[in-house]
Formats: sequence, structure tokens, C-alpha cells
Amino acid sequence: MSELVNPVERFLRTDRMPHIWCPGCGIGTTVNCFARALIDSGIDLQSLALVSGIGCTGRVAGYVKLDSFHTTHGRAIPFATGLKLANPKLNVVVYSGDGDLSAIGGNHLIHAARRNIDLKVICVNNLIYAMTGGQTAPTTPGHAITATSPYGAFEPSFNLPHLLEAAGAVYVARWTTFHVRQLARSIGEAFQKKGFSFIEVISPCPTLYQRRNQLGDGLDTMKYYKEASKVRNGSPTSEAGLTMTGEIVVGKFVDRERPDYQTMMTAQMTESLGERYIRPEMEHEEEGCGVCG
Amino acid sequence: MKADPKGVLTGTHFIDGDHACCEGALAAGARFSAGYPITPSTEIVERFAARVPLVGGTFIQMEDELAASITLQGAVWGGAKAFTVTSGPGFSLMMEHIGYAAMTETPCVFVDVQRGGPSTGLPTLPAQADMMQARWGSHGDYEVIALCPNSPQECFDLTIKAFNFAEEFRVPVMFMMDEVVGHMTEKVVIPPADRIEVTPRKHTRKSAEEYLPYGTNGDLVPEMAHAGEGYKFHMTGLTHDERGYPNMTPQTQDKLVRRLQNKIRDAADRIMIAEEEGIGGADVIVVSYGITSRVAQKGIDMARARGLKVGKFRMITCWPFPEKRIRELAEKAKAFVVPELNLGQMVREVERAAGGKARTIAVSHAGGSVHRPEEILNAILEATR
Repeated sequence: MSELVNPVERFLRTDRMPHIWCPGCGIGTTVNCFARALIDSGIDLQSLALVSGIGCTGRVAGYVKLDSFHTTHGRAIPFATGLKLANPKLNVVVYSGDGDLSAIGGNHLIHAARRNIDLKVICVNNLIYAMTGGQTAPTTPGHAITATSPYGAFEPSFNLPHLLEAAGAVYVARWTTFHVRQLARSIGEAFQKKGFSFIEVISPCPTLYQRRNQLGDGLDTMKYYKEASKVRNGSPTSEAGLTMTGEIVVGKFVDRERPDYQTMMTAQMTESLGERYIRPEMEHEEEGCGVCG
Repeated sequence: MKADPKGVLTGTHFIDGDHACCEGALAAGARFSAGYPITPSTEIVERFAARVPLVGGTFIQMEDELAASITLQGAVWGGAKAFTVTSGPGFSLMMEHIGYAAMTETPCVFVDVQRGGPSTGLPTLPAQADMMQARWGSHGDYEVIALCPNSPQECFDLTIKAFNFAEEFRVPVMFMMDEVVGHMTEKVVIPPADRIEVTPRKHTRKSAEEYLPYGTNGDLVPEMAHAGEGYKFHMTGLTHDERGYPNMTPQTQDKLVRRLQNKIRDAADRIMIAEEEGIGGADVIVVSYGITSRVAQKGIDMARARGLKVGKFRMITCWPFPEKRIRELAEKAKAFVVPELNLGQMVREVERAAGGKARTIAVSHAGGSVHRPEEILNAILEATR
């Protein structure tokens, strides 16, 4: 009898298992969906690079069997920008958490969307800083108890799909870790887009967020996601704000065409310089690696 | 290997240090820069933005220096030679990513055109007060290389050297200019491409199965791979083993951090560049670098006119510090005179290396202008007393 192998195993660095994530954490689920999307889309793995920042989700880079970069806190997007611009043939995925991408990395998030850099951003949003022990994030809903809001959070939180739509992303979707098929399909769709794509995944942190707020365990959170989620594809992102126990609007909110950064750069340079313009990727193709000799 | 002729503007030019630095980067093969405007460094990337589309490369102006200093590293792992350019406040923001480049062994160049500080300080006026920051600014133990040019010609020549060191040792190289050198216009001779030696990237020739991203074969500098080549490697700023995998044990930490240090320290003699003149029989040696070395020359000439035996030691490599040579000179001379546009930074290193064998006299200056030669002369006179 042949040994059964999980189809996603070949995408993982199995020599690094077990992973660091807690029981009930949703990050592993998102990685599974990501691997399924790779299988379904048939994307060339050699040209695929994954960039993470710091935090629980930042550890994804260490577990996927791809060219993978674990960068500094908040700076996955600018690193990925350099990687993509230096080698436009790469498909570059940014995989990181809500704190990393929208707090310390918030400036890069909006500017990369504005530039429409061809990056696929997967933002696992557990509503909290988990790696450091459960502190308030820009995504923490009002009244939630965290390590740094012991009497309840009161800052208004980010509605990330709304922010990203306003900043210029060409593809914006939100799912929860309950929506595994929809999430895998969305990741596959993002691979088809040229430009800045942003997928938010609402994900439980039973150890810190759910426990401190008496929201139950991982399974209770799945039940909540199932019951409270409302699929509203094309819904105005302004209506997608989150609360602690209320409705979760999910779906594909934005799917539009805008020329990406490199297309705009090529057009502008060609308009100004004509045949004098040498596209960086042409250089790469014609002479091989000019850096390595 | 020889320089790619497309990037080499062969000829005799009359340009300032900032522009010469840009031409040096292009000649060295830099085809990527990410920047953020800051006086007095911006002319370097302004020129790069105009030049690089003609030679097959990219300039991107980022939203801040945090972004610029990591975007360039992404480009390096994508297969480019890359650099960024800044001045004091921006240099402060880049510190975390200098440590990241040291830890991940990303070959790259950071140019700092120094101005007066602290904080916003003197945006348009010179200083040399980032010298210790260049060495120690990021957290943790690491080594970098820092070069200090004193003319536009050296801004060209040494920028190439900076890129070559970055590739040879897989280390971030600090190119420590100052406002005067950056804005001073002089003759710059750019040789033909076939006369410019460029160090290729230390790219692995191993197969994906054999390749260990941070494995070394005794020379302490691992071989590199780029994204998209099929190696499927992992890279992290966490303490890592030879596979590049996180491994947070004291043993792995010790092995990694000592290697990062030793790959530079063991090669210090090869990295050391200095200009010596009139050292033999000198009673006093003036140790200087950057723009201050040109003022020091005048002070030395004035002292010699009075019959004093004064030697010149100009540091071109400031980090690693030329401590072996200073120790040797301390046995021969009575005193070192160390003028610098700060309140005493490299002079501490001179004093440490001299080990009490020779007096060390600082000629400090808070920045905003250069020294008057008389100040250096007076220090020489004091040293001979």
C-alpha cells in the first residue's frame, strides 16, 4: 500500500515542523489555503517568492518551501518592492499580520497600493499583537481587553478593505479562517491580477484575544465566524468595519484594472526617452546576470 | 570582472562629489537605488534617476528612509547591485536595516553625506559626526566597512571600492562623505570600462540540493543565491544556522555572530586603505579623514615651514579602524593630532590604539564649517611641547 501524502506537504519545509503556532490559531489554516491556491493555479513555484515581516504570521516565510524572506518589523512590503522591481519575472507574495502591515508598516502599505506595485498581500488579521503577548493593534475592536488596554480598547480601529480600496489596490477581499475554499479561490484570483492585491483573513488568537475577551476557544470562534459572517461580494468597503461580536462582512469587494507600477514606468520612460530607454528586464534577458560575472 | 561599459562615463569631468559618487555607483554596476530626499545627499540620486533608465536599471523614490533602506536589499536578493543615499536624520532611520544587512549578509552600500547634528541640525553644512553611528548605530554585535573620500575624484574611485568590498565580504559598506566633499566641484577622471575592476557577486555554483545558504568553506563568506533561481532558500534576520533556518541557541548565536565579526576582522589588512606621508622620523602625526584631511594638510605645511617634523596619516578606511598601524606609529611618534568635525569620535579609537605610547590631542569642531588651519597648527605646536 502506498503511503498517503498530504498534497500541500510539498509546499512546506517539513524539516521545520512542528511549527510555533498555538492550538486553535488560524495562521496554519491560511497557509493550507495558500498551498491549495498554488496547486489550483498551477503557478510556477520557481518564480514565486514569499516575503514576511515580524510576528506570528511573519513566521510563514520560514515554513514554506519557496524562496522566502523573513524581513524586519513592518518592512515586508518595501523589501518585496525591491525584489519585484529588480526581477519583474518573480511573482511576489507578502504574507504578514495586521500589526506588521497596518501599524508599523502602515505607511508602506498605502504607498505600495498607491503605486500599484504588483504584489499579492495576504494579511492575517487576528485583531491583536499576538507574538508579543496580546497588545492592542490598530485593528483591535472597541471595548476589547488586551495586555495594553486592560480596561478596554477605545481607539477607533482600521477597516482595512476600506483603507486599501482608497489607497488604490486593484483587488481587495476579506474572508475568515472558516471560509477556506473562498480564501483559496481569492488567492488564486489575486495571482491572475497584475497590480496590488490585498486579501484580509480574519483569524482567531484563542490564546490571547479570544481568552481575554471570554470569546471561547478556537472551535467557538469558528462557530462565530460561521454565524456572523455575511458574504457580500461587491459590498461598499465603507460598510465592512468590524466590531468585537457583530457581523463580519466578507467577500470580494474590489476587482478593478489599473496599470501597475512597472507598466506605468515603462510607458513614461518610453514616452520621454524613446529608444534610449533600456528596460531593466530586457537587460536581464539579453546578458544574463551582469552582477555575477 | 571588468565594468559594464554602459554604466561608465569615460572622460574628464568637472563635477561635484555627489555626482561623482553616482557615477562611481553606475561604474561599479549598481542598477538599483531606492532613496528618500535629504540635503545634502539628494544630488546623488537625482543624477541616478536621470542616468539609470539609459543603462537598464531602476530608481524608486520611497515614502521614507525605513523603506529605502530595505527596498534596496530586496533588489539585491532579486539579483541587482543596489545602494541608498542619505544624510544624518535619514541615516538614523536606516540603522535597523544596516543591522539586517549585516545579519543576512546582503551586499549593499549606504552613502551618508554627513551634515551637522544632532537632530535636524545643520542641513546644508558639514560635519563628520556620524562616524561612530556608522560603526555602532544598529543594535547587536556586527562589523561593517566604512570609507571616507576627501575629493570628488575619490567619491568616484572609492564608491567602486565600496561596492567591491560589499560583494567580496557580503557586508553593508558605509560610504561616509560630508557636505563639503559632496558639494565641492573638481576635476574627475573616469577611466575606460576595461580599466575598472568590479568584484562579481559571490554566487553559488552548487545545485539546489547541495546548496547551504549560510554554509562556509573556511573563508567565512557564504555563497549567495538569488530569488527565482530554484534554490528555494530561506533568509531571516533571526539567528540562523547554515541552512538559514532560525535557531535561537547560544551556540548558534555565538558561531554566527563571531563569523560576521571575523570575516571583516581577519581581512582587516586587505580592507585597510590609508595615505601616509612624511611619517618616517615624524614627532607628530596628524590623523585625519574626509574633508578635514585637506585642511589638515595646510596645518601640516605651516608646521613644516617652522621646521617641525610632522607626518600625515589619512584614513580612507575608517572602519575597521586601522588600529594595527596606529599602534605601530605610536611606538615612533610622540603625539597624534586628530582633527575632526565632531566633538571627539575617531580620536577615541586613535587614543585606544596608541595605548598610552603617544599623546593624543583632539582638535574638535561642532560642525557647520571646516577647521581653520591655524587650529591644527596650534595643536601640532602643543604636541611638540
